[in-house]
Parts: sequence; structure tokens; C-alpha cells
Amino acid sequence: MRLAKWYMWFDDDEKQKLIEEIHALVTVRDAKHTNFLDFWNFKIIYLHYTRLYFCICVVIKDKILVCLEAIYNFVGVLNEYFHNVCELDLVFSFYKVYTMVDEMSRAGEI
Amino acid sequence: METVAQREEKFSSFLTLPTGYKPFFTFPVGDKALDGYSKKKYVCKLLFIFLLGHDIDFGHMEAVNLLSSNRYTEKQIGYLFISVLVNSNSELIRLINNAIKNDLASRNPTFMGLALHCIANVGSREMAEAFAGEIPKILVAGDTMDSVKQSAALCLLRLYRTSPDLVPMGDWTSRVVHLLNDQHLGVVTAATSLITTLAQKNPEEFKTSVSLAVSRLSRIVTSASTDLQDYTYYFVPAPWLSVKLLRLLQCYPPPEDPAVRGRLTECLETILNKAQEPPKSKKVQHSNAKNAVLFEAISLIIHHDSEPNLLVRACNQLGQFLQHRETNLRYLALESMCTLASSEFSHEAVKTHIETVINALKTERDVSVRQRAVDLLYAMCDRSNAQQIVAEMLSYLETADYSIREEIVLKVAILAEKYAVDYTWYVDTILNLIRIAGDYVSEEVWYRVIQIVINRDDVQGYAAKTVFEALQAPACHENLVKVGGYILGEFGNLIAGDPRSSPLIQFNLLHSKFHLCSVPTRALLLSTYIKFVNLFPEVKATIQDVLRSDSQLKNADVELQQRAVEYLRLSTVASTDILATVLEEMPPFPERESSILAKLKKKKGPSTVTDLEESKRERSIDVNGGPEPVPASTSAASTPSPSADLLGLGAAPPAPTGPPPSSGGGLLVDVFSDSASAVAPLAPGSEDNFARFVCKNNGVLFENQLLQIGLKSEFRQNLGRMFIFYGNKTSTQFLNFTPTLICADDLQANILVYL
Repeated sequence: MRLAKWYMWFDDDEKQKLIEEIHALVTVRDAKHTNFLDFWNFKIIYLHYTRLYFCICVVIKDKILVCLEAIYNFVGVLNEYFHNVCELDLVFSFYKVYTMVDEMSRAGEI
Repeated sequence: METVAQREEKFSSFLTLPTGYKPFFTFPVGDKALDGYSKKKYVCKLLFIFLLGHDIDFGHMEAVNLLSSNRYTEKQIGYLFISVLVNSNSELIRLINNAIKNDLASRNPTFMGLALHCIANVGSREMAEAFAGEIPKILVAGDTMDSVKQSAALCLLRLYRTSPDLVPMGDWTSRVVHLLNDQHLGVVTAATSLITTLAQKNPEEFKTSVSLAVSRLSRIVTSASTDLQDYTYYFVPAPWLSVKLLRLLQCYPPPEDPAVRGRLTECLETILNKAQEPPKSKKVQHSNAKNAVLFEAISLIIHHDSEPNLLVRACNQLGQFLQHRETNLRYLALESMCTLASSEFSHEAVKTHIETVINALKTERDVSVRQRAVDLLYAMCDRSNAQQIVAEMLSYLETADYSIREEIVLKVAILAEKYAVDYTWYVDTILNLIRIAGDYVSEEVWYRVIQIVINRDDVQGYAAKTVFEALQAPACHENLVKVGGYILGEFGNLIAGDPRSSPLIQFNLLHSKFHLCSVPTRALLLSTYIKFVNLFPEVKATIQDVLRSDSQLKNADVELQQRAVEYLRLSTVASTDILATVLEEMPPFPERESSILAKLKKKKGPSTVTDLEESKRERSIDVNGGPEPVPASTSAASTPSPSADLLGLGAAPPAPTGPPPSSGGGLLVDVFSDSASAVAPLAPGSEDNFARFVCKNNGVLFENQLLQIGLKSEFRQNLGRMFIFYGNKTSTQFLNFTPTLICADDLQANILVYL
């Protein structure tokens, strides 16, 4: 788990549990499935890149395509900043990545 | 360009910690003061360890110290540490808040930005208390930079979400609306998000934003590709902003001002047109962005529900998406069509796509898409295609996921009942349902089928025959035994004439299943046996033997034992007349609202089903006449409610104490006898009049030869006003006419009376 940004308050154990559950749900889906699924009373929208999954968890009301585009945009920005980003970049420059996430989505809005 | 290996080398010196290293790592404390850079480095490492999943219980103080440094990098790490490791240590929170306050006041945009980010990320109540007053000021001040305005807007949004009561509505609200006109689109985006959330709680305050939003939207949508260069994303102009503006517009009803409405319609038409044009780029991002705007526009069209041609166009557009390559789009199209189907203008258009939807049901791989297809079939069902849809849903049920079976069963039951022209079809459908998915047929469903069979004479014989045949199958579900038992018990005589279904055969058939059933079913079967004793005296002896057997009379279950004993006594002791009276056919059930519908609503949650059902109710006024049980929605009361309140509110009937020549007849009227005032019966003849006021606001309340009392009432929201008119029907003049109003004590506080 490389990066997690929480916009709602959860206990540490809850966070861990959530992460595990989401991981279990998302990794079993292949290309024929939609890029989103329902989870409790939220939706999870995810993009699958070789070995990495980018997931956004939103309330039911939010629009799927918009979030999907946000993920694409974010990855595009990462790419441009790091010049062909790879997973290690995310690991070692995590504070920069956090700043980028902050810039792009303050308080949970784009 | 560095390769991965070079990067690894570079960073390996930065982080040399294997996992589990934590206990050995301490800050160099004591006399050697750390310089800013080292402090930052260590805090950063600590954060990394935390992110890997270990707990950190030291280093917070250092992080807070970093906040007060003047260098951007140090401050940034400090803030990052704080946002990720929010703690409830009160000492530190005060220090943190102090540091934030300093940064906010510093007028340095980067520092202000950092501070605002921190507040937005943490958003705790203490922070809200400290800063909720200041942030709106920053937001609307003229000299704040655009990026800071953006941060401030979203920060305020976050604080509002966590502690709505601490964010006061002030005069900054109108200034926020004006931000929608700002040059910088980032500010506009942030402001739109803020306004959307605020408008949901206080729509009146932000009404002016509607026209601004519409004009902004039209400017974006019609802009050429060279404008908005920064915000054109893969050839789509400002998609996120467009979506947000459309969402904001959904908070309000369609604009009343015709100019604004015209512009909005133009806008939406442009968006729909653009969707038809060939795509400007092959990239998936382009189509995603374009479709995001399109779907949001369609949601707005559905929400407004006022322009028929827009609705039809939207429906056609969605129809095209139904067969798109991408699963995402198919899912979204099905979902939007579901809401479209409930609108009266587009219902017909939706029905044309039924073949595609049925195909989707059969061929989609993703279960959630299939689920949406089922929902859509349910929504678009009406008289003309009911049979086809029910048949398709039944065949889908055979292969459906277990988790969604119950819902589908409920839906099929509701549809079958609602659109049944011929009740034999209904009975067949329900029996099929039990056969296919017996476990998931909840009790409400088979109660309903029995209610209907009992209420309708014409289908009773058919039901008995069908049930008999179904029971002959080797493996039948327990619910089928229940239904079969009940129906044969009531109407077995209708098929007893046929030698293949003679009473003895019926009994043997049921009894063969007896031992396979659970206790409630057995109890029901015992009741059926005693009914057989009544209907078919020839099998009486056989049944009595069964009841007399030890397994019944000494059964472990109390209910069964009791039933066996009592029925046995009844059959031996009672004469045929008494037996016939006791075990008479069930009378028709009174029409009540369908419990199936209530159960479905409970399952799906109120939002989805209620709208469909209510609007469908409004539409299907031409229900096939006759004593057909129409499932009525629970919120069936519409206009009568204000008057009903009036009757509760206005238990203050007029009581003229007596124009002298008035003949007696107690005119004191008090319907609600729990009040302490004098009670007198309603004058004869006025009961009908009184009852009429449940539905009407005006009319005659009481009339005799001398006097006519009329009532006129009007209501607005929570206020009501009632006028009582006294009409003199005689030719003489009334002298000393004094009306007295007697009001129940507890209502007195709520009613103002003018005489």
C-alpha cells in the first residue's frame, strides 16, 4: 500500500480493515468488469496499471466518469512530474506525491 | 533521464531502515540542537515508517516545531506529519492551531496555502472552532491570491461538512456567489463545490447562483477550442467545472426566468449535439471526459423533467450507449435510463429499447450490469410488455446470483400482480416463481397470491387444478406445499369431481409431503385436513386415523399437538352443520396496501423505488376497473392532509347559542371526545357534511330551516385559516346573535379566534 489519503475520520484499525477489504474486492476484477463497484454505502472507482491499483472511494452520489478522469489526470500529472513515473518514485518521494494529491483534490473535492 | 537503478541508489542513502527498526531510532536529544534540515529529514523518515504501518509515539513535538520554521520544505514536512498523524493530545493541538493561525495571518500565499491544506485535511472540531470565522473572510477578501482562494473555499467546505453548526452564514454568502464570475477557473470550480453543498441546506441564500452558473456553463460549452487553454482536457473544455456546474443546477428546480431557461436549454442541446459528433481523439480520456459531461447533463434533464424533446433526445443517446464497447458506459446508460423511465415524457422512448436490454440481461458478464438491466426492465414495465418482461425475468432468475434473487422475486411478484389482465397468468407466474426460487419467496409473496385467489372467484378453480398438478412433481418446495395446502383446503371441492383429483388422492398427495415439511407447514396442513373433513365426508375416517396417530397426538411441538387434538375432537363431536359453519370458506380479504411493495422499498431504500412507484401511480390512472387489488403506495395521502390537520386543528366548531327563534338540536359539535369542553352529538344530517371536509376546503357545514353555516378554509404551508359564515335563511332579522366557539384546551394555544 503506497499511499492513502483519508478525508473521513477512521480509527487506525478501521483503516487497516478497509484497506484489506478493498484490496480483496478490487484485485479479483478483470477487464470485462466495470471500473467501479459498490462497497457498503460508497462506490469504489479504480484503475488498474500493471502492478498498481489506484482507487478512489466516493459517496454514492458522485459521478463515476468524473472520478475516473480524475485518476487519469492524476497519473498523467505524476508522469509529467517524474518523467515516466514508476512505483519507486511514489515510494521515495511520498511527500511530493502527497502534496500533489493535496493540490489536486483539497478537502475531498477536485 | 535517470534509470530506475540510479534512482534507487540515490534514495538508498536517504532511507536505510529495514522494517522493525523502529525501537532503535531516537532523536539525538540533549545539547546538540538539530538544524532545520536534519530535523526535517528525521521527521520525514518517521513519517515513512508510519506509512509502512508501524506505530509512532514520539517525534510529534519536533514536527510541530518544524511548523514554525520559515523554510517551505521544513514547514511542508511538518504539516504533512500533522495531517497524517492527527492526535488528540491537547497540548499539541493548541500549538498547532497557533502555528496555523500565524501562517494564515502571514499573507504569504504559500504558507497560507499550506495552513489551509492542513485544516482541510484534518478538519477536526477544534480547528473548526478556531478558524471557522476567519476563513470566509479570507475567501472573499479582495487581495487574496487565486490559489489561496481555492484552498479557502474547499477548506470551508470541509469544515462545514464536519461541523455545520460552527460555520455561520454571514454576508459572505453573497460574495461567494459572485466568485462564480471569477476569471480564474480554479476559483470557480472550488466555489461551485462549496455552493453546491451549502445550497442543499440553505437553498434560498444561494438562489442567485443559478443564473450565474447557467451563463458560465454556456460560456464554457460554446467556447472554441482555443479559449480556456489551460483547462481544456483532451479537447474537452473544463470538464470538471462543467460537471460541477451541472450538479449545482440540480439542486434547484428549473429556472423561472425564461431568458435563463432558454440559455440553459441551449446549453444542454449543445452538449447533446457534441455527443453526436465524431470524437476528436481516440484516447479513452477524451471519451470519458466528454461522456462525463454528457451524463451529468442527462441527469439534469431528468431532474428538471420539463422539456420533452430534450428527454427524448437524451433517451436516444442513452440507447446508443447501451451497445457500446465499454462496459462502463453500458452500465451508466442502463442506470440513467432507469430514472428516465419514470418520467412520463420519455417512457415510450425507453420502451423501444427493450430488446437491447433483454439481450444485455442474457449476455453481460458483470453481475452489476445485469442487475441494472433487471432494474430497468422493472422500471419500464407496463401493460403492453408486462408478460414479456416477466417471462424474461423468470428465466434470468434461474441463473441469477443468490444475493439478488430475493429482490427479483419481489419485483416479479409486484409486476405480475400489477399488470395481470388474466389472473390465471398471475397464478401461473407465482407458482413458477416458487418452483424456481422457492427459498427466496418471502412470506408476503405467497400470502398475496392466496389473498388474490380468495378474492377472485373466477380463478379459484384454475388455481386448485394448477396447484394440484404442481404438487405432483417429485420434488416440490415447501412454499409450494403451503400454498397448495391452503388452496386445496379452501377450494379442493372444485376439482373433486375429476377422478384424477378425487378427495382421497388430494389428501394422499398432501400427506405424502407432510413428513418432509417444517413445523409451520405441518400446522397449515393439519388445518387443511380438518377442512377436508368438512368438504369431503368420505375421507373423514382416514383423516381421523391420521390425527389420532401417536405422531400427532404426542408430537413434541406444542402447536401441532394442540391442533391435532382439537381437530380430532372437532371432527368427532361436532355435527355436520357446526362443522360447516366453523370451516366455511374464507371470506374475501379486505383490500389493503400491498406488503410486498413495502418490503421492496425497505430493501432498496426509500429513494429509488418510491419515486418510480409514485410517478407510475400518477401515470396509470386508467387501471383496469373492477375489484382489482391495486398495490397502493404507502404515501397515498396527498391533498387531504391539510384538511385532516384542520380537523385536528380546528376542533372548534361553531355553536350559535341561539338566535332566539332557533329550535333546539344541540349544535355544539365536538368530534374529538378527549377534550374537556361540552360534548354533544353532531346534529343529525350534518355528519355527512362534516365528513366531506376531509377532502374539501369549502362548503356547507350545517343547515337547518333557520340557519346555514358555511365553512371556508385556506392553507399555506403550516398556517391555516378558517372562515365560518352564518347565513340567515329566515326573513326576519336575528337579534342577539352570538356565536361561541369552544376550543379544546390543548388546541387553544395554537388557534387564534376572531369573532
